[in-house]
Amino acid sequence: MSDNLKPTPIAHKFFTPGVIFLSVLAANGLVFLLGRFLFGLGAITNLDNQHPWGIWIGIDVAAGVALAAGGFTTAALGHIMHKEEYHVIVRPALLTAMLGYTLVAVSVMIDLGRYYYIWHPLIMWNGTSVLFEVGMCVMIYLFVLYIEFLPIVTERFIGRVNLPGVLKRFNNAIDKFLRVLDKGLNKTMFVFIIAGVVLSCLHQSSLGTLMIIAGPKMHPLWQTPILPLLFLMSAVSVGFPMVIMESIATSKSFGLKPETHILSNLGSMVAPLLGIYLSFKIGDMVIRQTFVYLTEFNTASVMFVIEVVVGIVIPLRMFLSREISKSPTGLFIASILVIFGVLLNRINNFIVAYTPPYQFNTYFPSIGEISVTVGFVALEILFFRVLVMIFPIVSLPFASTLRTKFSIKGV
Amino acid sequence: MAHQTRRDFLKTAAIAGATLTGISSNPTKAAQQNVLSENRMGVLVDTTVCIGCRKCEWACKTAHNLPTQPLESYDDKSVFKSMRRPNDKELTVINEYPARSWDDYPTTVKVQCMHCDKPACVSACIVGAFSKVENGSVIWNGDKCIGCRYCMVACPFQIPAFEFEKALKPDIKKCDFCFDRTKEGKLPACVEICPNEVLTYGPREELVRVAHQKIQLYPKRYINYIYGENEVGGTSWMYLANRHFKELQFPALGGSPAPGVSEAIQHGIFAYFVPPIALYALLGGVMWINKNRKPSDSDSEGRHE
Repeated sequence: MSDNLKPTPIAHKFFTPGVIFLSVLAANGLVFLLGRFLFGLGAITNLDNQHPWGIWIGIDVAAGVALAAGGFTTAALGHIMHKEEYHVIVRPALLTAMLGYTLVAVSVMIDLGRYYYIWHPLIMWNGTSVLFEVGMCVMIYLFVLYIEFLPIVTERFIGRVNLPGVLKRFNNAIDKFLRVLDKGLNKTMFVFIIAGVVLSCLHQSSLGTLMIIAGPKMHPLWQTPILPLLFLMSAVSVGFPMVIMESIATSKSFGLKPETHILSNLGSMVAPLLGIYLSFKIGDMVIRQTFVYLTEFNTASVMFVIEVVVGIVIPLRMFLSREISKSPTGLFIASILVIFGVLLNRINNFIVAYTPPYQFNTYFPSIGEISVTVGFVALEILFFRVLVMIFPIVSLPFASTLRTKFSIKGV
Repeated sequence: MAHQTRRDFLKTAAIAGATLTGISSNPTKAAQQNVLSENRMGVLVDTTVCIGCRKCEWACKTAHNLPTQPLESYDDKSVFKSMRRPNDKELTVINEYPARSWDDYPTTVKVQCMHCDKPACVSACIVGAFSKVENGSVIWNGDKCIGCRYCMVACPFQIPAFEFEKALKPDIKKCDFCFDRTKEGKLPACVEICPNEVLTYGPREELVRVAHQKIQLYPKRYINYIYGENEVGGTSWMYLANRHFKELQFPALGGSPAPGVSEAIQHGIFAYFVPPIALYALLGGVMWINKNRKPSDSDSEGRHE
């Protein structure tokens, strides 16, 4: 960690016009969500027997998991590769991942017909089911993420436990408990950090295996046995762009100076990752000779071309350019394109590519589905804002901050 | 029925409790099965003798306690104007395909779950709610299902249907090969009611033999193909027809089982947990080496790998 930077809770006004706008979006989503619980999935969504999965799975879950990849990629870089200079971005990335995965879990739950049985996979196992593997991994990883976040909580409250009124007498005990917890976490954190990376590799790839069983129902442009590998590679390459985007957006929103130097170093790693991903995607297309489908003009071919050109080729070129990767604006736009590409890839895999043999109508998400999805994104941003104002997550110049005796080595 | 469900629920709850407290129990009924018995039963559908009377549709609804119009109303042939699919209210439907020439008859085809030998739904289900049982039926266990609808994504024949209109306890609905009837020695309801012996119920192996015999005896009546003999690894329900199955809107599927590739990948990634543990060990080693390096080493330049 640079000597003059330290994670600090940001002191800033909470309500801004943007925040109010996001709150409206979130509230709108929650209203439709209430409708889903009162009247069933059929009333709010456009799902039917031909299209069992919609954007709640394709975007909220599949893309949500991919876009939360910043958590494990920065953990691998900062802790496993032990690159000290990147420690300033580990905490924001961890928070994004934690919030992202929490909303993934909630999204899965609202999409389940019998959401109150969400605990069934814990005791009813089916080893051949890819979904079972994904579910278990995501559940354990979510738990790991919460543990990885705990040191931030202990750091925030050690020496500052100050309960009001009758609860005052517990102040000392809680403080002591936090200190013990902190010490224990400090010694064992490496176990969880490695576990987080392993679990991420497992479920990021298995998410790709999910659609393989759909066989010929999936458009050949996407249906390939190397889907798990493509999903893993795209998740790894979207990890840093997510961190860059989120870091620049945070700086902008709170009026801070962006960490351009660190971010452009991060950006320099994106190009090779994207390049490998692109080469596998193109190689797969050539080997399976699926390029013949590109000569047809339909939704599938157009979406595939947009995904590859706008989502991979253009940002790849941008990240290779020296000037672009030195400017925050350039980095921001390039990162947004990568994020867009991966988001589109998940939508394509789960929704566009899925063509049931007997199709009476095509699927397009309903107002309710879109409202819930948009509402969840808004909620995530709001939670992020709340938490960076409460907990020491974003690194600020040291001089302006309070001194804490405790620096957490594990994180 | 309601009482039964309640009892089953309590039983599951008890098993859940036992599992959580670490007591091993053997939940015989709840346990998922995927057996491919030599004596599994099947049905051979001879579409060339089906007259499209739709009595099987009525019998199916009656046998499964689904709301239905009186039997006479099924004489109405106007439903044939558009293609129908089985759904949560009709587990089987008949579609009509117009005659190809003046001396030909229209072909009517009964559609229901094919009861695959290697069912994708059994492989895919997150909680193992589907079972392929001894007598060939692929059945669904309503106590386990969480309503994720992955079975619907997986099924190559687009069969499982979901009660989208229900806010609480929506079911997956599909033909269960009248499992409750066959285990009492009765015939499946559709087979029993069929007035024209379109449906032959019997051991699958024997049905395959009979089907080949029929084709051999009446080469003009049938095309030389049994749909379901090899599709996705073979299905319990098999069809004979006088024209290409593509014209009758059967999906063109290869002979490899639907869950084959995904199970191979899944088992490759999780081969006795060796790959995940190896990755864990590798990352641990990398972390240890990097940590013991002098701090100046890693700070000095932009080496990234």
